[in-house]
Amino acid sequence: MVPVEYYIILSAILFTIGVLGVLVRRNALVIFMSVELMLNAANLAFVAFARAHEVAAGASLFDGQIFVFFVIAVAAAEVAVGLALIVEIFKSKHSIDVDQMSSLKG
Amino acid sequence: MTIDLILFLILALIAVATGLGMLLSQNAVYSALFLVLNFVTVAVFYLLLGAPFIAMAQITVYAGAIMVLFLFVIMLLGAERLPPSQALPWQRPLAIVLGLALAIEASFILLTKARPTGQIVPPSDAVNAVETVRQLGSVLFSRYLLPFEITSILLLVAMIGVIVLVKKEKWERQ
Amino acid sequence: MHLSEPLTTGFFFLAPWVVFFPLIGLLINIILGGRLPERAIGWIASAASGASFIVSVLLAWSLAAGGGHAVSVPFAEWIHIGNLKLDWTFRVDSLSSTMMLVVSGVGTLIHIYAIGYMHEDVRFKRDPGRFRRFFVFLNLFIAAMMILVSGDSYLMLFVGWEGVGLCSFLLIGFWYEMDTLGRPSWANSNAAKKAFITNRIGDFGFLIAGFIMFWAFGTFQFDEVFEQVHAIAPGIILAITLFMLVGVTGKSAQIPLYIWLPDAMAGPTPVSALIHAATMVTAGVYLIARSAPLYSSVPEAQNIVALVGALTALFAATIALGQYDIKRVLAYSTISQLGFMVSAVGMGAYVAGMFHLVTHAFFKALLFLSAGSVILGLERGHHHAEGAHGGDHGKGRKKAGKKKVESGHEAHGYDEHGEVFDPGDMRNMGGLRKTMPITFWLYVIGALALAGIFPLAGFWSKDEILLDARLHHPTVYWLLTVAAFFTAFYMGRQIWMVFFGEPRHQAAAHAEESKPIITAPLMVLAALSVVGGALNLPFEGFHHLGHWLEHTLHEVEALPLNLQVAGISTVLAILAILLSWFIYGRNPLKANQPDPLKRTLGFLFTGMENKWYVDELYQAIVVNPFVKLSHFLAETIDEKFWHDWFHEKVIAGTYNWLSNIALDRYADQRGIDALANGLGVWTQNLSVALRKIQNGFVRSYALSVLLGVVFILGYLILK
Repeated sequence: MVPVEYYIILSAILFTIGVLGVLVRRNALVIFMSVELMLNAANLAFVAFARAHEVAAGASLFDGQIFVFFVIAVAAAEVAVGLALIVEIFKSKHSIDVDQMSSLKG
Repeated sequence: MTIDLILFLILALIAVATGLGMLLSQNAVYSALFLVLNFVTVAVFYLLLGAPFIAMAQITVYAGAIMVLFLFVIMLLGAERLPPSQALPWQRPLAIVLGLALAIEASFILLTKARPTGQIVPPSDAVNAVETVRQLGSVLFSRYLLPFEITSILLLVAMIGVIVLVKKEKWERQ
Repeated sequence: MHLSEPLTTGFFFLAPWVVFFPLIGLLINIILGGRLPERAIGWIASAASGASFIVSVLLAWSLAAGGGHAVSVPFAEWIHIGNLKLDWTFRVDSLSSTMMLVVSGVGTLIHIYAIGYMHEDVRFKRDPGRFRRFFVFLNLFIAAMMILVSGDSYLMLFVGWEGVGLCSFLLIGFWYEMDTLGRPSWANSNAAKKAFITNRIGDFGFLIAGFIMFWAFGTFQFDEVFEQVHAIAPGIILAITLFMLVGVTGKSAQIPLYIWLPDAMAGPTPVSALIHAATMVTAGVYLIARSAPLYSSVPEAQNIVALVGALTALFAATIALGQYDIKRVLAYSTISQLGFMVSAVGMGAYVAGMFHLVTHAFFKALLFLSAGSVILGLERGHHHAEGAHGGDHGKGRKKAGKKKVESGHEAHGYDEHGEVFDPGDMRNMGGLRKTMPITFWLYVIGALALAGIFPLAGFWSKDEILLDARLHHPTVYWLLTVAAFFTAFYMGRQIWMVFFGEPRHQAAAHAEESKPIITAPLMVLAALSVVGGALNLPFEGFHHLGHWLEHTLHEVEALPLNLQVAGISTVLAILAILLSWFIYGRNPLKANQPDPLKRTLGFLFTGMENKWYVDELYQAIVVNPFVKLSHFLAETIDEKFWHDWFHEKVIAGTYNWLSNIALDRYADQRGIDALANGLGVWTQNLSVALRKIQNGFVRSYALSVLLGVVFILGYLILK
């Protein structure tokens, strides 16, 4: 018996850690990982809500889980493309420090 | 204090700790490994929440495929560590302040405006778990057939995109 | 006077197509003509004109079936301002449909003739690319002429009037960069300008007439104008009719504005036939016939018109006696015959005038086209003879047809003596009867018809005019009779000089007959010249044209044959021909021999030869003073006074002072500049500050996104 609020708070904490990762780290790969962490936080909230509704309704409801399934699929595609981009950037800049990629400044 | 709650707290602690570990590790390889642990913890949460299929997908896709890909790229590029930089001195403190504000605001909104109710009970037996996977499958291939197919096209496009991106141009090869 | 009835039955709905078929034809030739062969271009243009003719026939048939009542076919609204309502409405009545038939019928025959004529002409003049342009202009002319004759108001008539004037200008100046002999010169374009400017003077009169008409009648529509004739003061109508007469003297080449027509012979011969003999120049006659109710109400105007016509008829006929150019003789003859028509309509004999208009269209087109055939024959003979002389251009004509420029082979060419060969000069002809038999016989038919020999078309129509003159206007009668005598004489002179005797030039000796595409339309016209008189025979029951036009003109008197008048004119014509035989036929002219009349008539012939010095007179009393005045205005008034003093000193000086001292130093520099520069500087400073935010670091952009998210969430919480 765990109140659903706990899950939500955990999700928010994980999401914030992801946000901080994006903002603080300079390594493009770590930033990318932080994005994945944020996606996971959102997924956790989805599944938690889904379970809460299931318990309340007393029947199996799958909409939340299916959403998570799609998020995982999209994340997989995103990672593939994103990593390819990072490899390409590394080829031209010889670095994955996002602070090095500031040539579009005003 | 039920056994469920204790289990939840322990797992939550591990999740937050591994998340912070990923955030704070200077070495990207350590970050990746911490993240794998975090994903596995989340998978356990999914099991507790009665979503065994999602839990397995989380482990195979995230912890397995995606994180292996990350590690592979880190090794390939030799980019575990970055030289220190003095750019953006205000970034870190501002980010921490705003991040905390975000966490508080998000929790507040989710708890007051979204108002989730009820208690979460872990599913009782393993047989039931197999049954839910079967039901999930039938919903996925009936009601969500079109999004499912679109997902497959999305993956195909991503695949082709990656090949095009990484492929060397003719002039590069010469 | 009945108003036009609304459209009921028949083919009247087709009326706009008399204009639009030629327009379609010319559009096809403009757009696609570049890729079409010559023959296709010519036949498209001919088909467009022919379609117009078919529509005209259907309209005439519908009109006859409907009892001859005038029909209005509204087509488009043009201008509606206050009381002024101008619509493009087609009017189909017996008068306009007669004109439509003549214009499109003769026009189609001339189109077909022109296919053959222009094929050779563009090659003799070494620019085959102009073939298409010619047919585009020709179709445009048919369209404009149809607008003229089919319009339901004086304004639509004026639109067509100007349109045909433009086409006339374009076609006279068709070979604008050469003279009639093909030498580089501006003679042809000067002739075109002369025609256009002279016509402008006439059009000015027409315009004034139109202004007075609108002021007095408040409308341009024919029926509405004619209805009010009796309510308007005769003085105003007199002014309208006389100003209209100025327009007529311009367009129909009457004294004093006839001078452009002889020079208009610079255009290709089909143009001379179509525009400057058969159709356009008769527009003036049509205008007076159309305005019959106006003219009938003011006898003074009628007298003046009749006298102008009769004087022109005689005056032009005398000049025709002394001309050597085959086309110029015909041009003066045309002026003379137009004089016959104008005096006829001036006397109120509208049917006789229209009758002569129709028959004249037949035989004058025939004469001009035959003259064109003669000219072409001489050109061929000239090239043939040249080819025989210098062996290197043996296949001269064929080669000239293929290539644009050929060395040692001038188009009209300078022969071995360095003299220019003029294929239109009758002194270079002679003996063509044998080499060009078909053309000869066709020409004789046309000449006899023009001379008024029984029973050809010209006899009937001319006699009708003479009879009317005899009954109403003895002065005119005698003037016209003398003119008719001269007519027969100069036609006889021409026939003897051109076709009889011995060739006076090697080109005439080697002349060749024209192809069937040229002679076939001539045969049709010859047939019409023979039987055309049947339109309106002076016997009871044979006044077809009279009855037909009665629907429109309302005051038609059908005169029986007057043996006295017919006898006098016939005897005079035969006498004239015999006299011309006596002078020119009995002892044929030799090469380089002066005209025998010169000896007999002395200075009189010199006057005729030099067109009574009218061009020189106009030059002295109109052109030279005008040029001097222009110079004075341009150099003294404009350049010295307006430009140098008033503009430079007064206006520019004041303006410079004002702008330098008052506006520039104070208003501009301190006010406007400061504002504009201040805005610029301010924007610059702002952007310097703002660009610091755009530091290029993706993390700080992400931070600002987060900032935004925090603010929005905070707002949602506090809301």
